[in-house]
Amino acid sequence: MPHRTFFWFILPSLAAMFLFIALPIVSVAFQSLYIEHEQVLIEVENCGPFGCENETVVDAEASAAIRDAEPLGRFNGLGTYFDRGHLAAAEISEAWASRDSFGGFMSEVMNLPFYRALVFTLTYTFVCTPLIILLGLAIALGVNGLPKMLKGPTIFVSLLPMIITPLIGSLILFWMIDAEGVIGKTLQVLFDDPKLSLKASSTLTWITLIVYGVWSSAPFAFVVFYAGLQTVPEDTLEAAMVDGASRWERVRYVVVPHLMPLVVFITLIQLMDNFRVFEPIVGFSASANATSLSYIIFADLRGDIARFNSAAATSMLTIIGVSILLTPVLIRTWRDFNRKGA
Amino acid sequence: MNFFKTTAASAAIVLIGSTAYADCGLSGGNVNILGNEFGAIQALVAGAKECANGSVTVESNLTTEHRDIQVAAMTANPAQYTAAIVANSSIVPLLNEGLVRPLDDLIAKHGAGIKKNQMISIDGKVMAIAFMANAQHLFVRQDILDQAGVAVPTSYEEVVTAGQAIKDAGIMEHPFAMNSKTGWNLGEEFVNMYIGTGADFFKPGTAEPAINNESGVLALNTLKALADLSNPDFLTFDSNATQALWEAGDVAIGQLWGSRATGMLDDEGSNEAIVSNTILVSAPTVGGGETPASTLWWDGFTIATNISDEDAEATFVAMVNGMRPEVVAANNDEAVWLADGFTPGPAAAGVFATASGGARPYPMIPFMGLLHSALGDELSDFLQGNESAEQALSDVEAAYTAAAKEQGFLQ
Repeated sequence: MPHRTFFWFILPSLAAMFLFIALPIVSVAFQSLYIEHEQVLIEVENCGPFGCENETVVDAEASAAIRDAEPLGRFNGLGTYFDRGHLAAAEISEAWASRDSFGGFMSEVMNLPFYRALVFTLTYTFVCTPLIILLGLAIALGVNGLPKMLKGPTIFVSLLPMIITPLIGSLILFWMIDAEGVIGKTLQVLFDDPKLSLKASSTLTWITLIVYGVWSSAPFAFVVFYAGLQTVPEDTLEAAMVDGASRWERVRYVVVPHLMPLVVFITLIQLMDNFRVFEPIVGFSASANATSLSYIIFADLRGDIARFNSAAATSMLTIIGVSILLTPVLIRTWRDFNRKGA
Repeated sequence: MNFFKTTAASAAIVLIGSTAYADCGLSGGNVNILGNEFGAIQALVAGAKECANGSVTVESNLTTEHRDIQVAAMTANPAQYTAAIVANSSIVPLLNEGLVRPLDDLIAKHGAGIKKNQMISIDGKVMAIAFMANAQHLFVRQDILDQAGVAVPTSYEEVVTAGQAIKDAGIMEHPFAMNSKTGWNLGEEFVNMYIGTGADFFKPGTAEPAINNESGVLALNTLKALADLSNPDFLTFDSNATQALWEAGDVAIGQLWGSRATGMLDDEGSNEAIVSNTILVSAPTVGGGETPASTLWWDGFTIATNISDEDAEATFVAMVNGMRPEVVAANNDEAVWLADGFTPGPAAAGVFATASGGARPYPMIPFMGLLHSALGDELSDFLQGNESAEQALSDVEAAYTAAAKEQGFLQ
């Protein structure tokens, strides 16, 4: 395709990406550098059904005047990024200076909301992604070997976890794993422990969330691999069979290398998706034991006072985190591309 | 508390109540109401909608997510909603931004039936009209307490003793329940407990937190003792979960919302034995304090600043029409109504006892919401036994301070 034609062909999507992705990110980045104006507080008498009290209120008129003069707020530079709710520079350096052991230092770091969320987010990402790929491949190979009649229904059933809305799926499971629920009760009987609760301890909550993550995303990997399996060259497979390769060896040396580009593709998508883990934390009411970066953003924006600047800073940190995660995979893809081009 | 004396007295007058509001007498205007979704508000809004006619429209959006959209929706000019139904805490962001208007003129013109104690006045100007009250208080199962040989507790120390006695007697493994889901619910439990000690949340006249003290530690340790008597899943319990536990008969003592009482005492979701033995009493005191460890809440309506005077007047008349005595009387058990027409029933007993015990209202302070969020997020570590009370409180203060600086309340 000539460059000119290509340009006109892609212009609509470029424009849409600029409007709906690039501009909002710039706006969020901008907001993350500002904080609210100093509030003008006055003390007045408030009365209601339960009597009168002297309470502080914001002088709305005076505050509005300040806000109208400078609608963005006060410039804070990178201050928000390094406060306690985010990278917590001061708290980290103090914890390091006063440490008596590395473990003590780590437990102080884990006491900070951003790092607590980061550790869960990374664990979730790095445990879920490989498991999703392995399970997806296994299901695809299994389904591919089924007689034709059974394939349709099996594919449909295998896709169900992906069809269910994540929030609904996690809510349903949340009720099922309740100590009174069907899964929770079964586990109590199996492990012979009437006090077993998947919601109470950190470890079990993490395992539950990870199992849910694998369950809900494996169908995606399965569908992609299943499509890829239809393109595996029959000749090579038959040649391998003639050479006496077992089924496992055919998978290992013929099928998997053929599917490698798909593995890279799924890894990319899953790294991005899993790093933004959010719905299961809400669905499983897991925020006491596990929070993610996306959950912190959500928490900042809810409640009586929305903290836009704090949420903006966490959003930027999430984008940076995703970029760092994807860099190795992207570098690899770029190299492959150049090699093929040469 | 004077609010229920007038309420009880006025109940008698209701029956003679007039139908003056039947035709709202409006010649024009648009009314659009934003509010939480529960029975009492639905009844009120249905009453307001009776004012709709050829030239007056009355619409509503009732959702449990109302707090998250109200500021944006009412900042618009003209505002998306002409009225917002709010509570002690959710009115604060609207006041901070000046998004709701004083109602004094409208009250003088159309508010003859509104009682003094329904008016929420800030610095002498009425900013909201309250129509119902709510509070967390104790629900107890008389049969279980009798079986364990303990009396109805009046202090949290007695609650813990009673719970332990029930547990030791082998009647229930987890006799206690409260709404302790991480986040807003857990924050509210601490606020209730801490306010029962009589201490202040902030250093007087400033936005600096003052909870890391003996009262804070006492409040936390009491919560921990209660958590130890609760189901191990307590950090996931909201009102829906605790109501289900209660109706299933799994719990003997609960500190739960008064607004849930009607649902728990009705003939659905539970059985006769449980319902007939459920009694509603005042929230207990804590640490020898004199007032119940619970906060009083009101729900009321506000009217947007950014709308025309005609719409504001129509909104006010429609809302007043929605809380006229006939509506209140017809929905008597849906809430502890502050408006005329209410006859206190058994479901209201707990809130009444808590209010008359002198419990304090939830503070209407601009930065209280930030402290509440910090409490909700930072206390679960302590309740799970992972850190000390002092550490948890200093975490809360640090998280609050970071948020308050960012919001311009602290320098």
